[in-house]
Amino acid sequence: MNVVVCLKQVPGTTDVKIDPQTNNLIRSGIKNIINPFDTYALEEGVRIKERCGGKVTVISMGPPQAEQMLRESISLGADEAILLSDSAFAGADTWSTAYTLAAAINKLGQYDIVICGRQTLDGDTGQVGPELAEMLGIPLVAYVSRIEEITDRQIQVRRMIDEGHEVIQSPLPAVITVTKEINVPRLPSLRGIARSNSAVIPVWNSQEMGIDPNKVGLSGSFTRVVKVFFPERTCQAEILEGELTDQVDRLVDKLKAAGLV
Amino acid sequence: MEYFLTEQQRTMKSLARRIAEEKILPIRAELDEKEEFPWATIKELANADMFRVFVPKEYEGLGGGCFELALVVEELSRVCSGVAVVYAASALGSFTLMGYGTEAQKRKYLPALASGAKLAAFALTEATAGSDAGAIKTTAEKVDGGYLLNGTKQFITNGGDAEIYTVIALTDKSKGPRGASALLVEKGTPGFSFGKKERKMGIRASSTRELVFRNCLVPEENLIGKPGRGFIMVMKLLDLSRPGVGAQAVGVAQGALEAALGYTEQRIQFGHPLATLPVVQDILAEMAIRVEAARALVYAAARTVDSGVYDYTETSAMAKVFASDVAMKVTTDAVQICGGAGYMKDYPLEKMMRDAKITQIYEGSNQVLRNAIANDLRKRKART
Amino acid sequence: MGIRIDLDKCIGCGDCISACPFGLLEIIDDKVQLKEGCTLCGACKESCACEAILIEAPAKTGLASDSYRGVLVFVEQRDGKLKSVAYELLAKGRELADSLKTELSAVCFGHNIDEAGLITYGADKVYLVDSPEFVYNPEDLYTCQLVDLIRQYKPEIVISGATSLGRSFIPRVAAILGTGLTADCTGLEIDIQNRLLLQTRPTFGGNIMATIICQTGRPQMSTVRPRVFKRGVPDKERQGQIIRVDFNKEQITSRTRLLSFVEDITGTVKLDEADIIVSGGRGLGKPENFKLLEELAGVLGAALGSSRPPVDEGWIPYCHQVGQTGKTVCPKLYIACGISGAVQHLAGMQTSEIIVAINDDPNAPIFEIATYGIVGDLFKVVPMLIEKFKDK
Repeated sequence: MNVVVCLKQVPGTTDVKIDPQTNNLIRSGIKNIINPFDTYALEEGVRIKERCGGKVTVISMGPPQAEQMLRESISLGADEAILLSDSAFAGADTWSTAYTLAAAINKLGQYDIVICGRQTLDGDTGQVGPELAEMLGIPLVAYVSRIEEITDRQIQVRRMIDEGHEVIQSPLPAVITVTKEINVPRLPSLRGIARSNSAVIPVWNSQEMGIDPNKVGLSGSFTRVVKVFFPERTCQAEILEGELTDQVDRLVDKLKAAGLV
Repeated sequence: MEYFLTEQQRTMKSLARRIAEEKILPIRAELDEKEEFPWATIKELANADMFRVFVPKEYEGLGGGCFELALVVEELSRVCSGVAVVYAASALGSFTLMGYGTEAQKRKYLPALASGAKLAAFALTEATAGSDAGAIKTTAEKVDGGYLLNGTKQFITNGGDAEIYTVIALTDKSKGPRGASALLVEKGTPGFSFGKKERKMGIRASSTRELVFRNCLVPEENLIGKPGRGFIMVMKLLDLSRPGVGAQAVGVAQGALEAALGYTEQRIQFGHPLATLPVVQDILAEMAIRVEAARALVYAAARTVDSGVYDYTETSAMAKVFASDVAMKVTTDAVQICGGAGYMKDYPLEKMMRDAKITQIYEGSNQVLRNAIANDLRKRKART
Repeated sequence: MGIRIDLDKCIGCGDCISACPFGLLEIIDDKVQLKEGCTLCGACKESCACEAILIEAPAKTGLASDSYRGVLVFVEQRDGKLKSVAYELLAKGRELADSLKTELSAVCFGHNIDEAGLITYGADKVYLVDSPEFVYNPEDLYTCQLVDLIRQYKPEIVISGATSLGRSFIPRVAAILGTGLTADCTGLEIDIQNRLLLQTRPTFGGNIMATIICQTGRPQMSTVRPRVFKRGVPDKERQGQIIRVDFNKEQITSRTRLLSFVEDITGTVKLDEADIIVSGGRGLGKPENFKLLEELAGVLGAALGSSRPPVDEGWIPYCHQVGQTGKTVCPKLYIACGISGAVQHLAGMQTSEIIVAINDDPNAPIFEIATYGIVGDLFKVVPMLIEKFKDK
């Protein structure tokens, strides 16, 4: 099976704290990491390879420093990794990100399944996987929590919906997005680390991918950010005081007064 | 302190630490409480290629030596000595093959040990033969088709869970210790069974059992090395593995130092954190000095072993004795400065103290080793 | 085109560095330099007193097509019943349509749909596709059918619930139509001068809010989480048009097949609809301690919720999870026990009417958004509450 996994490098923490005086960000050495949901995607891809034979190719659209993350993916079991990097890709919204990834996947040639994480830590939209499926013209199953069966032709998965879960059958190739219920990602192995150190990570730019620079990056984006602001945070909690029993009494009174209990 | 590790050594150390912190730390209390064999952790170590560290490249290993083994054992022991011991004991069991096995034997058994699919164990001790290893009674009588093993081994680490056992037995009773040989016995061989699992003070995640041999027929080709060379091999093998025991001791001492430091930083008494009180700082400083000294000696011993010198008996004995005594002292002091909390099972300190004790006892008790070191000193003096 | 720093004007004060949400600016040799990854959000430009940062947004050729008019709400149903997020979106959609002085339409797919509420809750027109093939919400059919309707009726704005269904198929619709989609909007407003939808959403787990526009793509598409907007008051006298659309069986087929569905049992009170929720976090310490919260929930007739850590540890099933990757809830009363208040959790419950926080850490962030706070041991407080509520 030829498995393609899409990874994104994201800032290591979303716990960006706000300095209450300046209302600016307090940042101290945020490392870049593989988007956590993507680690599940990669692990599932490697497991499929171990089950069925084949190859796992990882792609990522990002700045040059994303190469480090792609090396890490090799130490975690990927066979090869390709970085899609070009200044033209900067400022991409989900549509142009999906467009760029689709162009790369088409350039790869034959593939059986594309796996993405359900959403990213920074964007949180969950849109790239579904949009990618449309651009590739293949079926999509999102929020997959288990792959029950997989053959050359089709896949049967369990996937999560708001009300519970469904078991869905889809022909391959297809795109699936995965949740963290699907597996426990492995740690790297020593031989994997050695392989990742010596791996060659090709970098594809828009020219190599044969894509129109107007369709990627900010130029290709339909949406753009016009304003960024920090949400209002006012401490309005009435912290009750006194003996614990008194506090409980007063709380109950207040809730009764509000007609809640 | 800077120990000038290579890139590969650094990688091994940091990956071992990661496995220890992410996979072992959350379950160590439970493993200790329930005396459960850590199969899940062994699988993690195997998947990460940790068992390949000490196996030669020709047999699917990564070609590391005593030093690389010590680095990994130290990191594992820092979090849980019990798990570290399972790993280190398998290494010792593998060394017999690596040092003295035939090509055929190595090809047959080492790949499975390197992949972690199988564990090894080393069986020397008996009820009447602890420090006095020469007093073993287990016999391996030469018969048609191989050797008939009869006897009982005691206190064998990984006993019952390992698949591959190096057993030291007398092939020629008349020659005493000079009649001992090493045999490789696989679990499941008819006539080979296990006694009950021992209930121990510490390193409770590891399993310790009796091995019972009753007319157990071991095939001819499972003799390792030459007959009668058993004890010479044993002495060499234990010299080789002692820095590993030293590393185990350094690891648990390091873990105790960090845990005690963490606790005394935040425990307030008399209006100040304990760690700011001079009497406590004194103890912390002594602990830190001892741990570092032990580490430096263990690393130097391990590197000496790997350097190819012929005689490293005294070096590795010193490292083991010093590091194990340090481990006992540091873990005891750690419990002390953490006070009541140090004594409670809710905190990891008491386990570390219980885990440390064994390092002074096995693989040559510190008393036997001190004797040996003194003898060596005198021999050297006599020669000059 | 893009972003440029005028080094002659830059005095190296560094104000822009802390303004950048992505940490891409740094001082090198007393002047500011920009690392890769800029999204042209403009936060730095606003912070620069020297006007040394220049941003030129690309001019997309042409303006948005004038032929797109109207607001369309995708109404989700299950088993024929409309989901409550649909009513919330109709209220918001009505507001947007009124600002734009245009029509509000609703689109609904399913089988044997109870469409009674759609007009009374604000829609002028309702497009119904009612066919047995739609019973189990097959996403391929939904995607193609919605694309068809949008191409036919050309709404300028389409909004949908950010439910598991919405998050799966609405992006596909946007991709096929070649237009912009903004997920999980918490604010939707009209810039009437430019006839643009201003879509505000949280990023970085809710630490930073971004306002987004879709300048030329049509329709402008948004998804909205349940319980973010409030449902309106039904007007029984309202008139409107129900248009039944035939489902084109030949042209639209589903490539995937549903084999089975298993419902999550969340207990007697459903989390999404509860008026009162009792929720537990890492502070509970052990899975058994959820029993204590269950007891409190029982006495109050409340639903049981959880932050992410207990779900990750396996103490309670995922269907109870409230937060960024769980459910969004907006009950009248939310009681958070042993929950620190990480931003990702707050994102799922901060619009609750009254929030009570019980935590022994006075610095826990949950106290910042709580209405009432008790700093204390939940194992003492909760039993006391249970007693008190039992008495009443």
